Amino acid sequence: MGLNKEGIVGLLLLADATSTAEIATKHAVASVDYWSLLFVFAMASLLGFGVIVRVSRLLHTPLMSLTNAISAIAVVGSIIVTGHEDYPLGIRILGAIALFASMTNVVSGFLITDRMLKMFKQPGGSGESKR
Amino acid sequence: MMHHLVQLAYLVATVLFVFSLHGMNDPKTARRGVRAGILAMALAIAATWAQPSITHHGWILAAIIAGIAVGIPLSKVPLTAVPQRTAISHAFGGLAAGLVGTAKFVLWSVYEPEELSQFRMAAIVLEVLLGFLTVTGSLMAAGKLQEVKWIPQRPVTYPFQNVSNIGLLALAVLFGVLLVLNPTGPGAGFLFAGVILLALAFGVLLIIPIGGADMPTVISILNSYAGLSAVAMGFVLDNKLLITAGALDGASGLILSIMMCRAMNRSFTNVLFGAFGQVQAVAVDSEVRHYKSETIEGAAQVLEQASLVVIIPGYGLAVAQAQHRVRELYDQLTKAGITVKFAIHPVAGRMPGHMNVLLAEAEIPYSDLIEMDEINADMPQCDVALVIGANDVVNPAARSVKSSPIYGMPIIDADKAKTVFAIKRSKSPGFAGIDNELYFQDRTFMLFGDAKAVVGELAKHLAGGDGH
Repeated sequence: MGLNKEGIVGLLLLADATSTAEIATKHAVASVDYWSLLFVFAMASLLGFGVIVRVSRLLHTPLMSLTNAISAIAVVGSIIVTGHEDYPLGIRILGAIALFASMTNVVSGFLITDRMLKMFKQPGGSGESKR
Repeated sequence: MMHHLVQLAYLVATVLFVFSLHGMNDPKTARRGVRAGILAMALAIAATWAQPSITHHGWILAAIIAGIAVGIPLSKVPLTAVPQRTAISHAFGGLAAGLVGTAKFVLWSVYEPEELSQFRMAAIVLEVLLGFLTVTGSLMAAGKLQEVKWIPQRPVTYPFQNVSNIGLLALAVLFGVLLVLNPTGPGAGFLFAGVILLALAFGVLLIIPIGGADMPTVISILNSYAGLSAVAMGFVLDNKLLITAGALDGASGLILSIMMCRAMNRSFTNVLFGAFGQVQAVAVDSEVRHYKSETIEGAAQVLEQASLVVIIPGYGLAVAQAQHRVRELYDQLTKAGITVKFAIHPVAGRMPGHMNVLLAEAEIPYSDLIEMDEINADMPQCDVALVIGANDVVNPAARSVKSSPIYGMPIIDADKAKTVFAIKRSKSPGFAGIDNELYFQDRTFMLFGDAKAVVGELAKHLAGGDGH
């Protein structure tokens, strides 16, 4: 697997699998290592379930706007399609619209999440005797 | 070298995204979580943009600036409109996925057919199908939530609705399967366009039969679809960051939809294909029954004598913009040494957790916002339950009346309180169109009027009483 020359990333088997796949694609086009992609998907989903079930019920609305912002990671794909040197104009126009849409989600998602979270205040000042 | 740096940046971004969501465990750490998310996003954008193959910087810059220009005002909507904003952002997310999928399909099928493997084709079909159905579905949901005139609020049903909807989806899937079998075959372009059109149409038809009370579930499902479309984009672009971030979003949407379904004792299929509004037609032909009403003064006196008051808010509270009046009432009661708690039903608002945000905006401390299961244990000790703008979530019929459409739905046990005051604008039934047994029981007294006015009056009376 070439672990020895990978340096920092070397320990991470999944990351390593990608680079192996990258090298492979240079020889035979269209051979994506889709098993490693499916592994990543399965693990990330399980991790997601584990993290999300622990989220405070108080914060489900901010949670949804935060995950909106996070899934706007589609910016990454959109940037590639918009800015790639080899892509024709029509393709880049589609990419630019996609980039606009996902950037909107990034900005509004993070801003509104923070705005809502600021409002959740602990009791204080008004002399309550509750827990 | 560049490749490794980019992958490393993506890896760090993934970890930060997980930390970001982990922060949401507690309101105290949540804002730190947001900062981790922003850092991750900035890192991911920078790493992607810095790749040497990305050369059209002007285009990227223009699109990003346009996104920021639209994103900032969208983040400043009133909190009652947050469900609509969320739906719109699901639509944007779906659009981005759908367009990138389309772009890659065209690119590969026209310029590099050898790149268009069956796996990639399957991923593109999934991406485009989920993406575009999320676009129209979410826009419809946003329209219903915003009460746009030309989108009917009430569930719209017609004969063979489910058959035709499922048929439409099946056709889209069939087109997809044909494409996967032969990605570059003759007519692939037409099949692909067919998938897009069918997905767009299916999104609209899926939401048409769904009513306001089901919006929390529908928004969560669409959230999940938007996440999964990002996952599919990751498969198409061979990008693990897209897969992990999309999977986190998909998992979140799925968990929230399961919670919402449980809170209404309904299944996914029942929400999507059950057309809840239909029960509207089944009118109960009971004899005319009479509510007992109470005056503001009388209610204020009872409240003053209480030691535990539980306020049960429903969406009607937000519609009446009564949050800040409720805060005044809360202040007056706590000042008098009375314990006040808020009983929050999971579907009290228009999206998961909506009611918490609305009350937090009115500066009610979050430790007094108690979720349903926890507060129900305290209800028998509760002196006064004050129901504001809620109906179905306190209807005891859900426990006992098998024929009721809300039978089995978990409710807040307002009927176990020693006294119940229910503020209601009119004598009409709630969303589900069902009479509420709670309003007719011996210990229940109705306060008719606009929630904002009634709560304001109550607070004023209590304040007056304190001074003397």
